[in-house]
Amino acid sequence: MSRVERYMNNQSHMEGAESRGLKPGEVSTGTTIMAVPFDGGVVLGADSRVSTGTYIANRVSDKIAQLSEHIFCCRSGSAADTQALTDYVKHYLSQLAIETGRQPTVKTAAHIMKRLCYENKDNLMAGVIIAGWDEVEGGSVYNIPLGGSCIKMPFAIGGSGSTYIYGLVDSSFQEGLDEGAVRDLVKKSVAHAMARDGSSGGIIRTVTVKPDGNTRDYTSGNNLPYGPAGW
Amino acid sequence: MASSGSGYDLSSSTFSPDGRIFQVEYANKAVENAGTCIGIQCTDGVVMGVTKPLLHKMLLANSGKRIHTVSDTCGIAMTGFVPDGRQVINRGRDEATSYKETYGQSISPQVLSDRCATFVHYFTLHGSLRPFGATVVIGGYNAETKKHSLHMVEPNGVAFQYYACAAGKGRQPAKTELEKLELHKTPVTCEEAVKQIVRIIHMLHDANKDKPFELELSWICEATQWKHAGVPQATQKAAVEWAKEQLEEEEEDESDDDDDEDEMEE
Repeated sequence: MSRVERYMNNQSHMEGAESRGLKPGEVSTGTTIMAVPFDGGVVLGADSRVSTGTYIANRVSDKIAQLSEHIFCCRSGSAADTQALTDYVKHYLSQLAIETGRQPTVKTAAHIMKRLCYENKDNLMAGVIIAGWDEVEGGSVYNIPLGGSCIKMPFAIGGSGSTYIYGLVDSSFQEGLDEGAVRDLVKKSVAHAMARDGSSGGIIRTVTVKPDGNTRDYTSGNNLPYGPAGW
Repeated sequence: MASSGSGYDLSSSTFSPDGRIFQVEYANKAVENAGTCIGIQCTDGVVMGVTKPLLHKMLLANSGKRIHTVSDTCGIAMTGFVPDGRQVINRGRDEATSYKETYGQSISPQVLSDRCATFVHYFTLHGSLRPFGATVVIGGYNAETKKHSLHMVEPNGVAFQYYACAAGKGRQPAKTELEKLELHKTPVTCEEAVKQIVRIIHMLHDANKDKPFELELSWICEATQWKHAGVPQATQKAAVEWAKEQLEEEEEDESDDDDDEDEMEE
């Protein structure tokens, strides 16, 4: 059966974005993920909800995976698919670092992820954001949505919750924000998405990547910059 | 000239009692009989040159090239058995394209020379294969570190990075001349390196004994935006003229010295 025939025969594209493509019992990181660079690094942010249908399988999961010393990946879509992809990219990057004797670049990590996502697009449901710091470009962010395209962006948002915050982020983002302002922007945006998207919630995890070290942090559910209590 | 391998030289999968692999040493002899190849790392790029003897008058001089582009930022020059060298260069091209496809970046000359060295070495391990009778010189630019470098891979699979290197028939006198230039302390520009290579090649060429030759020259430098390219004809011509002047001056100096020596002895 051709791709088109399969698409016409299968009505699940009428249903919600997350339930399409998931096998029965498979967990989804219905999600809000985000990454914004600043001069000298990048901030990644994500919610922590993992759901199977209406059951929340994990309310404090970590959707920000480390690919190499200064390169991280925000995961959305099928948890199994994104975990497998992350493992592959980590492996390729570590091999490359040994062969070249240098830390890999964010561009290379994004390229490897893109190839895996594009060439296996029929069997995957994964939208990722690759963000990190390297010597060549400094802080950079690459968005790799479902089909396997790879675009370098001044900031990126993804996951089911991102649809609710496009307006907020577009109006709040400006070039040249410093580290603190960027972290605040990420937290505020993810909090707003968590308030409106049923598949996003829990705590906000952030990772700040800088050449002298990375900082992992979280904002607990009762300290969100915006939430049900703030109505 | 014939050294006795005493039966340990029949296959490259056999060591001799004194720890040598004769087949690999014989492969080096094949390179030593072929045209001289010189590479120089400069302040602003890398220059490579190979001499090609023009065996017949009916040969078209520009064909049968010995320097090839392997990726936009790397070029490889070879000497020895030309078909063997071409195999290594083709492998280099495959490595470069597969690296670009996997990692999205141009291969660096360091990684390329490692890959070529591994490939060449593989052929020194198997009884059913013979080693490559060719040495390749790799000049390239690393787009990430923004540095250029020169490497050479020999038939035994050894690869080093060089300030300047030479292989082929005239490698000994060429190395002596290159050492005199002290390139490891005072590197020269690409323009200057082209002149020096031409001078050294012409110095080594004996018009009476050796066949007429063609000198292939290529460089990868700021001027070519770090793309591997042939040295323009005009630059080559100017270098040849300069070289011939230099060599005439040196001859005159030598004959003056000879006169002095004669006077001293009484």
